[in-house]
Amino acid sequence: MGIKKTGAEIVIQAIEDQGVDSIFGYPGGAVLPIYDAIFQQDKVKHILVRHEQGAAHAAEGYARSTGKVGVLIVTSGPGATNAVTGLTDALLDSIPIVCISGQVPTHLIGSDAFQEADTVGITRACTKHNWLVKDIKDLPRIMHEAFYVARSGRPGPVLIDIPKDIQFAEGEYENLIKIKHKTYNPPSSIDKSAVSKVIELIQRSKKPIIYSGGGIINSGPNTSKLLNKFIQKTNIPITSTLMGLGAYPGSGKNWLGMLGMHGTYEANMAMHDCDLMICIGARFDDRITGKIDEFSPKSKKIHIDIDATSINKNVDVDLAILADCGKFLNEALNVIREKKINSFPAYDNWWQEIEKWKKVDCLKYKANSDVIMPQYAIQRLYELTKNKDTYITTEVGQHQMWAAQFYKFEKPNRWLTSGGLGTMGYGFPAANGVQVAFPESLVIDIAGDASILMNIQELSTAVQYRLNTKIFILNNSYMGMVRQWQQLLHGNRISESYSDSLPDFVKLAEAYGATGISAKKPKDLDQAIIKMIETPGPVIMDCQVASLENCFPMIPSGKAHNDMLLGDDVTDEQVSTAIDDSGKIMV
Amino acid sequence: MNDKNPASTYDFVSIDENKERHTLSIIVDNESGVLARVIGLFAARGFNIDSLTVSEIESKNQLSRITLVSCGSPSVIEKIKIQVERLVPVHKVSDLTAEYGQYGALERELALIKVKGSGNKRLEALRLAEAFDAQTVDASLNSFIFQLTGRTREIDRFIHLMSSVGLLEVSRTGIAALKRGAENT
Repeated sequence: MGIKKTGAEIVIQAIEDQGVDSIFGYPGGAVLPIYDAIFQQDKVKHILVRHEQGAAHAAEGYARSTGKVGVLIVTSGPGATNAVTGLTDALLDSIPIVCISGQVPTHLIGSDAFQEADTVGITRACTKHNWLVKDIKDLPRIMHEAFYVARSGRPGPVLIDIPKDIQFAEGEYENLIKIKHKTYNPPSSIDKSAVSKVIELIQRSKKPIIYSGGGIINSGPNTSKLLNKFIQKTNIPITSTLMGLGAYPGSGKNWLGMLGMHGTYEANMAMHDCDLMICIGARFDDRITGKIDEFSPKSKKIHIDIDATSINKNVDVDLAILADCGKFLNEALNVIREKKINSFPAYDNWWQEIEKWKKVDCLKYKANSDVIMPQYAIQRLYELTKNKDTYITTEVGQHQMWAAQFYKFEKPNRWLTSGGLGTMGYGFPAANGVQVAFPESLVIDIAGDASILMNIQELSTAVQYRLNTKIFILNNSYMGMVRQWQQLLHGNRISESYSDSLPDFVKLAEAYGATGISAKKPKDLDQAIIKMIETPGPVIMDCQVASLENCFPMIPSGKAHNDMLLGDDVTDEQVSTAIDDSGKIMV
Repeated sequence: MNDKNPASTYDFVSIDENKERHTLSIIVDNESGVLARVIGLFAARGFNIDSLTVSEIESKNQLSRITLVSCGSPSVIEKIKIQVERLVPVHKVSDLTAEYGQYGALERELALIKVKGSGNKRLEALRLAEAFDAQTVDASLNSFIFQLTGRTREIDRFIHLMSSVGLLEVSRTGIAALKRGAENT
């Protein structure tokens, strides 16, 4: 039989038994018993955030960097509604987090009580599953079920809404960590004959490509190793989604760079012209496919995914395998071994074509000795941090795409960005979450001047816990990606996307008790980056970059992969008129 | 940038496919919010619901059956099935129409039909009810309520006929359905 504990104690005990050592949260009336239980133990460390959205992103950062489940605790009403963006972010990017929310006492539910919100109703659409605990007897089971659902199959967020009287009530706790779920049982086996078919198709193909995604990262670091082995064996070129960066090393010889709307020319052209596409753990998102009826018209498509709803959702495929990516790669390597396949076709012609596309040098930009180009800033940041134990997070916008294009990731779990939901304000709290999990590592949030202000309050959190989180702001005084679209699609009417009245970021850092650094000229950049890295504690680096630079290459709306805009195509007309119009504010 | 479509960060496409009506039978845990979860999924993903019937079917295991009729292209119907299967409290989803064809599975619906009128119209209403095997479950000096159980099309036909003899209002249960034969649905 179980041990007698209060509901609040059961919550903390279950978190401890699940192997989570740090949680993020913000107290309030409806979670006071849980905070009392937190106070009276020292196994689970609580990090006080400054806004519940920050708690959710920090839990995501913790989860994505460690591979464990992230946990946040929020109070009822506004505490829970503030967490909604973070939960939705985790849903779209398949990040396992458990949100514990307080609720008004059971007898007050439905009475519009103080700080009451229909939390399970509100979060039903942005969680994999949620529970309202109505009986203390159910709490231990629900706690462990929640962790199981969050991490199993395609991972994602879950929420447990616990009324205050349940937190006070006494119940019996049992460690149910190994309990089997009665309905939610994602695929654990794999169709071996289908895997053999994949190998046959590869052997017969002339222009194969691997298109990998976040599923490889979610499947664990070993899956990345299997992917590397698989590519070594087969010599297939590989591209990846934004979410999948780091699964295959950015310096690897088969790497084509990221694909999609701001992906490389070679990756998108190869996707368009391939005869065999092997999608592993990605989901044919609209930022990836571009115009759907012109998406890779000549290829046979294979899709490996743990989630049946992702298969044939946007693009119909020829062969689907419902399985964990790691299981698939392992089985694929087994087939190669068992069938004693010593060599695959060399794909010489295919590689020659790819080399031609690479020569376009799609990421080139005009160097400038007077103004820091944002691409150059990321390149220098990469060079000065690549040999360190570095984690990179980002906010959302141009800086995010430049980071994805110019920072090379060698290992999985090192790159954390809001891909699906595109949440501005994600990067900094997520970086704090990583830094809590890895206090000795270098954690840098590459930010924009607009995004960083969306969760800047988390600087207090970083200062309080002496986190060394660094914020590297590519400051161009614009919501750059919004402006880019306005320039290209809305007749260059720069509507409300100029960041007027920005704070002095150096003084802002100092006001919080952190360090502020700024760099305005290319010649000062390296020194400033080194100072940022070497200064202990949180640092904001305000890197003032060319304000009207745009992010290329780019697949415009309604266009196919082979119809990309390169930087050279657009600079003249569209962008130069932008420079005329707002010339006064220009560098 | 695109001639026909508005300038946008999204690709605008219109999909016009053949639509089919499918009856899905969904076994779920009878827990609070489970129906909201299922129909919320339909609303969120833009799927249609033409008919919906829910009731507990096993009190010991706390299981309910949701019988749902939806309309969409074959690929949309397949997506609906997989999406519903993914919900945590869902035990099983059967697409009865896919397995048995449009009229293969046993489908029944119950309707209450209130008719108001006098003289010949009243008599005609009674005669029609008799012809359809509808029961008269309520009567007043100037009204009847008929109860009719049958296939949806039959009920549709009856209601259509009643409209010319004083139809006042209708309440329908939605479709209940099971596989034919000895197998579980």
